This record gives sequence, C-alpha cells and structure tokens, in this order.
Amino acid sequence: MIVLGIETSCDETAVALVKDGTEILASMVSTQLDLHRPFGGVVPEIASRAHLETLIPLLREMLENAGVKREEVDAIAFTRGPGLIGALLVGVSLGKALAYAWGVPPIGVNHLKAHLYAPCLEGNILKFPLVGLIVSGGHTLLVEADSWDSARILGGTRDDAAGEAFDKVASLLGLGFPGGPAVERAARDGDPGRFQLPRPMLKSGDYDFSFSGVKTAVRYLVERIEREGQPVPTADIAAGFQAAAVEVLVAKLKCAAESFRARTVVLGGGVVRNGELRRRVQEAFASPEQELLISSPDLCSDNAAMIAGLGCRILEEGGGGEWGADADPNLGWGVGLF
Amino acid sequence: MAMTDYNNITHSPEETRELAARFAADLKPGDILALNGPLGSGKTCFVQGIARGLGVTERYITSPTFVLVREYQGRMPLYHIDLYRLAPGIEIGMLGLDEYLDGDGITAIEWSEKMGEGLPERTIDILIECIDEKTREIIFYGK
Repeated sequence: MIVLGIETSCDETAVALVKDGTEILASMVSTQLDLHRPFGGVVPEIASRAHLETLIPLLREMLENAGVKREEVDAIAFTRGPGLIGALLVGVSLGKALAYAWGVPPIGVNHLKAHLYAPCLEGNILKFPLVGLIVSGGHTLLVEADSWDSARILGGTRDDAAGEAFDKVASLLGLGFPGGPAVERAARDGDPGRFQLPRPMLKSGDYDFSFSGVKTAVRYLVERIEREGQPVPTADIAAGFQAAAVEVLVAKLKCAAESFRARTVVLGGGVVRNGELRRRVQEAFASPEQELLISSPDLCSDNAAMIAGLGCRILEEGGGGEWGADADPNLGWGVGLF
Repeated sequence: MAMTDYNNITHSPEETRELAARFAADLKPGDILALNGPLGSGKTCFVQGIARGLGVTERYITSPTFVLVREYQGRMPLYHIDLYRLAPGIEIGMLGLDEYLDGDGITAIEWSEKMGEGLPERTIDILIECIDEKTREIIFYGK
C-alpha cells in the first residue's frame, strides 16, 4: 500500500510517499523562511501563495524521482490541522482534488498525532503504555496512550510554546531567526551555570508547562547588564535559557513516563532537533525498560512522511474517505492516536 | 465606565489578569482591543484575564504567536490575534481579519503596531509599560 502525504500547516511545504506505513519511498520539504526574511517577518499572503506555487511542482518532482505512477497510489493523506488556516487550506484542497481525480480515498490527518507516528518510519514499533512529548514553535504537549485507540493529553503549555520561547529569547539576544538553531549555536560557547534562570512549574505536580516567565527573566537580565554598561554575554544567557527550558521538558517527560510505566517514550516536533534536548533525554532514559524513540532530525520537524505514514495506519484501520474533513486551524486531539 | 475607574498598576501576572477580567465586564460584541508593549510585558496575560472575564472555559489561553489567531467561546466569542511573527506594515485585508473585527465577539490583537493601516475608530488601545520586573502600568486609550 502506497500513501501520498501532503503537509502545509505552517512554514514548510512538504510531500512524501510512504509504503505500508513504514517505508519512506520519497520525502521532500521546501521551507519558506528565505522568502519571508527580507520582510522581517512572516507575510501571510506570501505564505499561502508560496504553498500554492511550490506544492504541485514539488509533487511532480517527487513522483518522477521516485518512479511511482499515480495508479500505484492507494490514498492521499493531508494535514487537516492544527495550523495556519490559509496554509492548511492549500494542502487540504489539493489533497482532496487529487484523491477525487485519482479515484482514491482522502485521509485528513492530525499534525500533532503524526509527530508521534514519525519513529515508525525508521523501523520502530510503538509499545503501550506510551508517553509522548511534542515540542515545536506552536505546541508543547505531553500525551499518554494506553493503545492506538486510547490516548489523551496530560498537559501542555499555559502560555508560550517551547519553540516560541526559543524564538523570542533569540530575538531578545539579537541572535536572529529562526531562533531555535540560533540559541543552540550561541549556547555552545556559553556557561549554562553562570546565570540561574527560573524553571517554571518544575515542581507544580502536574504536566503543564510555562515558558513565558523564563522569556521575561531573560529580558530583565539583558536590561540589567546593559544598564550596568557591560557587554551582554549572549552565549552564557543562551546556554542558561536552553538549560532551563530543557530541564523542565525532560523532568516532566520523565515524571509522566514513570507514573504511567511507559514502555515507549516518543519525542516529536521541531524543538527535538535541539542537540541539548536530545542529549538530556537520552541520559534520562538510559535504562532499557523504557524504549526512547527520537526520530532523526528531519523527521522531527515538519514533514509529509509522518502524514503519509499515519495516513496508511488510518486506512488500515478502516478510516479515511471523509470528503467532508475540512481544514481546522484549532483541530482538537479527540481520542486515540489516529 | 470611564477608563480612570481602573487601578492601572499591577504587581504580578495574576493582578494583570484580575484587572483585565474586571475590564472585560464592560466589553460589548464588536469591541477591538489593540495590545502593545515589549516582549514579556504581559499582553497574553492580559488576554487570559479578558477570557476569564468573559467566562471562557478552556483550560489554557495560550500565546497565538505561531497560529496567528485562536478563537474561544465565552458569553461572547473571543478572537485572540498575535501579529508578532508578521512583517511590519501588514494590512488588515491581507490577514483576513475583517471578519473578526466585524464579528459578534471581542477581538484582542497583540502587536497591533505592526499593522500599516489603522484599526477602526472604536478600537481601544492598551499599552503595557514595564515599571520594574514585576510592576506593570496598563494604559487605556480611546473610547
């Protein structure tokens, strides 16, 4: 079974072909960051138009390179949400139009659930109970699943998403955009122990996060140092912030994994590209009882292979074919991992 | 109610939420709040208070920085918009914001200063100034 995946929920236009839900035949991602850079921020019209202009040529190129004919495609999976409405609409519309034209079922996929599916594309199997952490620019979520059909959100951020905090701290430190890689690069030469930044909600006893306070603390630290006429030690502050953010993420994940006796611990989302987070999580889950699944960096950030992969599973379970599945920027979790 | 009826100095995020919740009691459908103030000043925090005042039941009112818009339902709808990631000089029409502004709910726009053209005259401008690390002065203009 071959499923074609389409992902256009935010700044990346992506297409992929996945066989049997486990084997990536092709996966291509085109990022819009360079298009927006001259404007000093995202221009929504450019974002939607870029998806529109990029998507079909990207799809053609992929199908040609992969040597897959349209008759071989069994279904079209696309991200329904959550995401930016203008961006989502492009992928959903093309997905349904292709499905109709090719006479195959359309499959609307939840972007966040697809992040948890990503490790299955690298030869892994999800075992239950499972605890998952999704961290990106727009999301910070802890999820617990007893089975494919029973999964729920344990907690999330009460204010800023983790990736958003990295971006805003990068901006406060004048490190540029995108902020995640910029903070990580700067932090490499820094001393994480020089400035003790707050670890909000570390001991709150629940699975919620808060990153707004750390961001504000960085702001005041920078202002204080500037007022004193000192040069801002960007590397030390970046390292201190990164250490604070990573410590809270890892601590809550560890706590959830122990409470629910998780057999599998899954990480997904763009922030999981961060090397410090990957190292700390690997240290925290060194014991063999809990299998830690962290995808390779390109499968952590937004991609269409995870959409096609989860689409395969949905189809195998008898799902798909919902022509009425519209783009939904605030798509809720619902139940299960499908 | 005149704007001077509010004590506009707050000493914690919770006090900012309380102030906003009291302020929300006077809001009517179609009202627009333009929120400005530096990173970390408490704009999202203020909107959390508006949501509380409107009786929104959602567990989290989170930053809409990445998704641009989040919608909530209280005694009337609340549209929480954040232009932080956008390029300066953006126009309302480009964002498709018109339908929110003319809608049946409250529209709260963070970083509205990024917009090239003005918002409707009925807009209430809210500026959050940082007095010190915890203290905020919340200044209301208009209406």
